[in-house]
Amino acid sequence: MGRRGGGSPRSRPRPAADASRRLGRDAARAAARARTAAGARLSAVAARLSAVADRLRRAPAPPGPFRPGFWRSPIRGPWLTSVFGLVLLVGIPVLFVTGALSYAAYNPDLGPLNDQTPDKGWLGFYLFDWPTRPAWLYRLVQGVHVTLGVVLVPVLLAKLWSVIPKLFEWPPARSAAHALERLSLLMLVGGAVFEFATGILNIQLHYVFPGSFYTLHFYGAWVFIAAFAVHVALRLGRMVRALGSRSLLGELRTGLADTRPEPPDADGLVAVAPAPPTIARRGALALVGAGSLALFVVTAGQSIGGRLRATALLAPHNRAPADGPNGFQVNKTAAAVGITAAMVGPDWRLELHGAGPVRSFTREDLLAMAQHAARLPIACVEGWSTGDQHWSGLRLADLAALAGLPDAASVLVDSVQPPGPYASVVLRGNQIRDPRSLLALHVNGVDLALDHGYPARVIVPANPGVNNTKWVHRLTFRA
Amino acid sequence: MNRRTPLTRWYGAGPLHLLALLASLALTGFAVQRLLAERPLAVAVWFVGAAVAHDLLLLPLYSLADLSARSVLRRRRGPAPAVPWINHLRVPALLSGLLLLVWFPLVLDLSVPYPGATGLSEGVYLGRWLAVTGALFGASALALALRLRRAGRSGPARGSGEDGGES
Repeated sequence: MGRRGGGSPRSRPRPAADASRRLGRDAARAAARARTAAGARLSAVAARLSAVADRLRRAPAPPGPFRPGFWRSPIRGPWLTSVFGLVLLVGIPVLFVTGALSYAAYNPDLGPLNDQTPDKGWLGFYLFDWPTRPAWLYRLVQGVHVTLGVVLVPVLLAKLWSVIPKLFEWPPARSAAHALERLSLLMLVGGAVFEFATGILNIQLHYVFPGSFYTLHFYGAWVFIAAFAVHVALRLGRMVRALGSRSLLGELRTGLADTRPEPPDADGLVAVAPAPPTIARRGALALVGAGSLALFVVTAGQSIGGRLRATALLAPHNRAPADGPNGFQVNKTAAAVGITAAMVGPDWRLELHGAGPVRSFTREDLLAMAQHAARLPIACVEGWSTGDQHWSGLRLADLAALAGLPDAASVLVDSVQPPGPYASVVLRGNQIRDPRSLLALHVNGVDLALDHGYPARVIVPANPGVNNTKWVHRLTFRA
Repeated sequence: MNRRTPLTRWYGAGPLHLLALLASLALTGFAVQRLLAERPLAVAVWFVGAAVAHDLLLLPLYSLADLSARSVLRRRRGPAPAVPWINHLRVPALLSGLLLLVWFPLVLDLSVPYPGATGLSEGVYLGRWLAVTGALFGASALALALRLRRAGRSGPARGSGEDGGES
């Protein structure tokens, strides 16, 4: 993109009154042709708008942030912006890919029960059968997505700080190209803050956003990434040039006393009247890095687990809800979703639907059948996860055979919990056939606790936690 | 690079610029239409509000806080300290503020479903955040004290005027 020569001087100077008079003449002729009052009114409005735009372009910038002298930071400039930009250029695509993988992990193509965004159209073009191997796949994908998102917050804030003078550019639009690009930048900044905000609120279960998290975060991600991609395409060259303009090692050796502003730039990031520096560029980078590090330290432990869980001082799942074999993290307690003792008492039955007649089992019946074990984690869309737990119960594959459909393509799992999101889910054939996929009755050598899904719950390797249905009462296998 | 074709003259940039932006905005439009399917006004307010809340609220607020801290503490009576000190205030304040910005729903006990969903109590977070904040400011004060002592030992020649420009 060439330089656009600072706006008006290139266009032929033409007094606003002259322009509006000519446009008025055009308008009058058009009205005569169309012989409608509406046409005339429209033309008159267009003429007035054009005159206003012309006057605006000529007007001096309003005072305050619109004047170039307002922004005084001596370290603001294309090099610093590009360093933050480079980190985001690596980080944002990782966030997008892990987010897209997380969406695929729900197997949304299995139907509306698994899919909160049924009108996604071709935005789900990439969907594939979510695998069950390695068992820690979802734990890794979602742990990276959430932890990286939290850790990138200071980098995003720093990047936005570094380009804030651009928000107050004057005139607001120099050309159609500039106006279009600024519309796209609104999508970029709005999309970025919207995605970070909804994600960060959701992992703390602070559901103040207007609608389902899945819907908002999914479509918001596409708005954001569309704007991000074109922003990268338009600015990559400038970023590479700016990064080449100074050496990183040189900056890391430059203290406060030797900190000077970057040379003036075409984008107007460098202050025209810089204040004396109070922090070196390396200091600003270190501060942003320290912010990311601090957030990492108080967050990552809930996804790493083990002894490091306690280090996640401010993360929502940084401790166990109880001691003992059932003392690992929970997403929904029985009380929270309305499970009562009667629902899971002696009258509880597991219904098995398939090719033959419906079969019904008590918990004792299930315990009398061949039991199998698997060591699998629970990993939540909120980013936290548990270490491997030792589950035992019935293989889903054996239950499929019992239902007369050993090659079942899917199974609908229904919980006794009252209707609501994820009270029922559909699992795919590959998940049924993995020998570690269980209808678990025990965990870590004891009965499941009520909060972990007693009398029986599904546990499937690499499955998002919410799809490992608890308090199961019906399995419907389908060919 | 820009030959002055009628398009570039009217549009203000090359055709590639136009095509890239139109492609991006088409995808944006597709997603926005679905984003706004339910509660369009509320979602639009959140989306645009996100940009406004950052650019016109958060950023001016922390910039103003920084400027005020510098100007108030610069004008205070008595001899200026012998080392630049503003970053000893800035660093812990920013780090603590950042932790609050990300984790405020838990710190301020705002998440109603949290105890029911997790089986844990929210009550621990405020104390922890305050403890971290205290540790950050304490460590920063200790570092400043050490620097002041070193500066004092290496001689009182370093005048306050020299540092006045830096703080």
